[in-house]
Amino acid sequence: MPTINHYLMVTALVFCLGLYNVVTRKSAVGLLIGVELILNAAAVNFVAFAHFNGNDVAGSIFAIFIIVLAAAEAVVALAIVVAIFQQYHDIDTTKATLLKG
Amino acid sequence: MIALPLFGFFALLTVGSALIVSFSRSIVYSGFALLGTFFGAAGFYLFLSSDFVAVTQVLIYVGGVLVLILFAIMLTNKIEDATTSNPSLNRIAGAVLTFVLFLFLVGILSGTDWVVQDEEKFASMVTPIGNALLSSYLLPFEVISIALLAALLGAVVLVRREVR
Repeated sequence: MPTINHYLMVTALVFCLGLYNVVTRKSAVGLLIGVELILNAAAVNFVAFAHFNGNDVAGSIFAIFIIVLAAAEAVVALAIVVAIFQQYHDIDTTKATLLKG
Repeated sequence: MIALPLFGFFALLTVGSALIVSFSRSIVYSGFALLGTFFGAAGFYLFLSSDFVAVTQVLIYVGGVLVLILFAIMLTNKIEDATTSNPSLNRIAGAVLTFVLFLFLVGILSGTDWVVQDEEKFASMVTPIGNALLSSYLLPFEVISIALLAALLGAVVLVRREVR
């Protein structure tokens, strides 16, 4: 059976790939996709720790809360992206500079 | 033992799709590759004996968030230049930063002696989750419903056109 270290290695890799996405992408939707990767890795970590701690139910609860909050975050962020697109006709994060002094 | 090869399959699916998501030059490919990552995570949840979270993952992430992201891609990006629709900047600095972070994490993970009490339970988690949500976690459960309502209204307010 896979041990806890297997799960933690895989989720660390997914977390780092999501972080790379967030750091490097110019498109706002690309950034959001990276955030989803990070949140997924975190949720799997919660469940993994709880499972190897006597199959605690708290891990599942927190994973569900993370999934729900990620969905809410995606809804609001994509609404903002669509609003930015209506304003600038582009979702390049380097071009939305109206608030820059 | 079939568990370890199956775990390897899910790990490959997750990490491979995450690689495509991060390094693809087309945002449409990035969005569709996210599907593999979400399904791989659902497989991990099954391995970790949380069946309810696995189903929730497929329903909400694949059925909701992914469709939403694809909608946003179709609505906003200029799809015709599909080969360079997801440009990146500071690639090398970002790669170095995340690689150092990954080495740091791996160092911590391999150096820590986790206290593991694995009892190999694969009973259904639905009843314990329902009991916990309506007893110990009742307040977060209600707060999250208000957060969802606020997100719903906020999204509608943000994207609607002004009606005067």
